[in-house]
Amino acid sequence: MITLNINGKQQKVDAEDDTPLLWVLRDELHMNGTKFGCGMALCGACTVHVDGQPTRACVMPVSSAVGKKIVTIEAIGANPVGKRVQQAWAALDVPQCGYCQSGQIMAATALLREIPRPTDKDIDQAMSGNICRCGTYQRIRLAIHKAASDA
Amino acid sequence: MRKLAERMQAFASCAAGIAGALALALAALAWPAAAAAAPAAKGDPSLFDPVASVVMGPRCLNCHQVEAPHQKDWGVIHAQQVVRGADGHGSAALRCQACHQATNTADGRVPGVPNWHLAPLSMNWQGLDKKQVCQQMRDPKRNGNRKTPREVIDHMETDPLVLWAWNPGAGRSKPAMSHEDFVKALLAWADAGLPCPD
Repeated sequence: MITLNINGKQQKVDAEDDTPLLWVLRDELHMNGTKFGCGMALCGACTVHVDGQPTRACVMPVSSAVGKKIVTIEAIGANPVGKRVQQAWAALDVPQCGYCQSGQIMAATALLREIPRPTDKDIDQAMSGNICRCGTYQRIRLAIHKAASDA
Repeated sequence: MRKLAERMQAFASCAAGIAGALALALAALAWPAAAAAAPAAKGDPSLFDPVASVVMGPRCLNCHQVEAPHQKDWGVIHAQQVVRGADGHGSAALRCQACHQATNTADGRVPGVPNWHLAPLSMNWQGLDKKQVCQQMRDPKRNGNRKTPREVIDHMETDPLVLWAWNPGAGRSKPAMSHEDFVKALLAWADAGLPCPD
């Protein structure tokens, strides 16, 4: 058994060491907010926070997550910055199909925690690993600026 | 800052006398530290050729870059707009470890060793030819402050980031020779005094 700290709770799971964290979240713990996209860290849909940093859960062996603080989209609203990001997303109707948006919100929240008033360049460098097949990039950018100015 | 500079200057002038005496005493011993940066080391420059065949390959060059890592065998700029950032580990919220784990993952498609990161900016090889790379590797100011030949080659003998080049996964090309042969070539080059092509 492996014990993980997920959203502030200790969770025991029965998984092989090299099972990707994403599989544990979705299939073992039924936390389906974090999405499977490519399985190769190319799209960002599976982004979670590991010790505060955006991390692609699809390529992180669960054994590497032991002893670290994992935060998923299910709990990001409990963080003041995450809450502001969610509110900005809703206010600007950012999602279209929505599939990538939990990853986008996780990346944006981490960005705003590191850089409270990001420039467009900061946004590009933090968000370029999160792909949106609907092309909502302009609304994502606006929503990040809005969440920053709402602080 | 000025106070610090003055203190450093005072320390330097005091230390210079001691260092001078020490340098005389050490001059006859093997490889005094300053010699690593000497303009002309003695030895056969062709000893660097097998070293160059490895260190100028994509597995090394892709991370000895200025602003952003490169990737793949043809050295394309890293996707996802990955950048060096303040510390060589990526931008503030897109760190190397967002994707690069302690081992290769996704069936080898995502490379990994502990602490995946770019070479320090001072150790950039971008745009350098064989002779320039060789000279840079000998220069403590541009080689991570490695002062002796053995220190210079230690990174290539033991650093997991370097050893990854022989286990790159997913069909990536490996260096032109085995790591064992590479170490032999490094030792021959080091023992000859790190000679560089003219």
